Amino acid sequence: MATPKSRRIFWIWWGILTVTVAGYLSAGLLLKSAAGNPWLSPARSMLLPGKTSHGHYQIELACESCHAKPFAGREALQEACVRCHGQELKDAVDKHPQSKFTDPRNAELAEKLDATLCVTCHVEHRPEITRPMGVTLAGDFCFHCHQDIAKDRPSHKGMGFDTCNSAGCHKFHDNRALYEDFLAKHIGEPAVLGRTTLPKRNFRDVAADFPGYPADRFPLKPQTVPDAPVELMKSKDAAADWLATAHARSGVNCSGCHEAETAGKQFWVRKPDHKVCATCHEPEAKGFLAGKHGMRLAEGLSPMTPGQARQPMHSKVRGTELSCTSCHGAHRFDTKKAAVEACTGCHRDGHTAAYEKSPHYALWKKELAGELPPGGGVSCASCHLPRDEYREPGGSVKRVLVQHNQNDNLRPSEKMLRPVCMSCHGLGFATDALADAKLVADNFLGKPRASIKSLDMVADRLKEIEEGRRQKNVGAKK
Amino acid sequence: MKTGKTMKAAWAAAGLALASSASAQVSYKDMADALHAVMESDRTVYTRMVVNRLQNEEKVIKASEHFKDDKALPLPAQMFRFGAEMVAQKKMGFSYSLQSLWPINKQNMPKTALEKKGLDAVAKDPAKPFYGEETLGKTKYFTAIYADKAIAPACVTCHNEHKDTPKKDFKIGQAMGGVVLRIPMK
Repeated sequence: MATPKSRRIFWIWWGILTVTVAGYLSAGLLLKSAAGNPWLSPARSMLLPGKTSHGHYQIELACESCHAKPFAGREALQEACVRCHGQELKDAVDKHPQSKFTDPRNAELAEKLDATLCVTCHVEHRPEITRPMGVTLAGDFCFHCHQDIAKDRPSHKGMGFDTCNSAGCHKFHDNRALYEDFLAKHIGEPAVLGRTTLPKRNFRDVAADFPGYPADRFPLKPQTVPDAPVELMKSKDAAADWLATAHARSGVNCSGCHEAETAGKQFWVRKPDHKVCATCHEPEAKGFLAGKHGMRLAEGLSPMTPGQARQPMHSKVRGTELSCTSCHGAHRFDTKKAAVEACTGCHRDGHTAAYEKSPHYALWKKELAGELPPGGGVSCASCHLPRDEYREPGGSVKRVLVQHNQNDNLRPSEKMLRPVCMSCHGLGFATDALADAKLVADNFLGKPRASIKSLDMVADRLKEIEEGRRQKNVGAKK
Repeated sequence: MKTGKTMKAAWAAAGLALASSASAQVSYKDMADALHAVMESDRTVYTRMVVNRLQNEEKVIKASEHFKDDKALPLPAQMFRFGAEMVAQKKMGFSYSLQSLWPINKQNMPKTALEKKGLDAVAKDPAKPFYGEETLGKTKYFTAIYADKAIAPACVTCHNEHKDTPKKDFKIGQAMGGVVLRIPMK
């Protein structure tokens, strides 16, 4: 039987414990720095209402990234969505922009599916209902607005509304490689086009004229003598590595990256970060921060490490912090190494493991051996860090930019068709290949096992239209 | 038509000369007519002085629905639609769209009963706009519909020859559709 004294001691301890736990959880919830604090981040983890999707798990403890203000409502969340994904949707010529759902004439449809806000279709913290692309609606949601599609397109009669988004058909946002006239242009193409059109990088050629490039700091004159103080030249390979780079050829000496200034005082930075690289490589750094390699840094968290990834990674690199140099290597900046070895050094999934047996890798080896011209081989980067034409907004100088957001073309995979696959392959073959999950897992060793019907459907429709025109002309002549 | 109903001329910021001060009152009809005058003029200028001149007369560049891929000019209808989307993003309250009884894109068929009635009316008498009121969702709108006429050869050739057109005998001067303009009523 407990005595009054022991009962009192129990309640005192109970009170202390309760206040401590409440204080700990409150600090985790309310302190903005909690996400990056090893003591407080577990408190945030405990308060998560549910596991987040593959797109956001890296930053799920940075609650403020999405929930900028407490109780601010869905509109405030929308601002956060647009902050990170708005430009991507603009570039994709979003087929379902907000204005489609705010149009009064669609009010009746919007009552069924109010897609004025991203969270209507993409709810976070709900793993039990989260499907591919982070969609949390039932798979047949197109039905709400397009239930009469078979009247306009008889070929679609009998197709299930849960198949609209099937590979090679339609995507809710990005149909740049799937619209009818585009498909029509590429009917009948061979599997391999017999050419490679991977654009050549040309930054050095246009750098001097490129808006924002600090040409005054780095005149494009080759440098041969490193300007780092001798006492700081601790790496014996650094000078030789640097001399072999485009940096040395383009006037960027040691001080260009390592020297910084604060309050008029210059000092040496031992390990420059992505912000220093962004001095000249701003769009590359922006891409890096937008993708899964850099998104934690973008939200003010510690760098991503392979150990935090949901995908399989090699255990020996679990703690490697990702930055520009983790792939490019400091001083050497070897783009060939960054294009394959940097990826395979961390990633341990089946697709990566199968690369060395793939026909793409065989081509890459030939390029490395000089048997194929630059761009003739297919590295990890050829597909996942594609090259595209880039202009500063409003600028006239065009450069070929490597997209450093490796997730930009990954989901849905049809985003890869135009900038990547169609550099070498016909659209039909490429669509079939991307739709074949086993072939993707095997890193395209083999041939697609099924044919996607979208190109055939377009071809049939064009024939029907042509036949209708022909018959009408015959009738008119009679 | 109840033109007596008025709304505060917040719209005057759109560059309209109807209101000389922030306190002026403008009827829905006058506001709609003024907005349409700007839209129609800009649309005519783009169609005649850019698309028809450069594509049909000078033959230096084409206009294409897929203007980015084809490195071409946006079609006049797209120019109009992009403007409408930008206005929608600005949340100015009013909205407008280009619709037709014979659209190339079936999404631009009339949807509401008033749209059908109005597009029929302006097709029969392009000189006379159609005005009405309708409730969509929970909002009551003043809806004005104006004929959208073929003003240049580029309009009729493109529409008559398009693979998806349901009508292939448009002639210059005919109403090909209508501009549907909506203003929420207070």
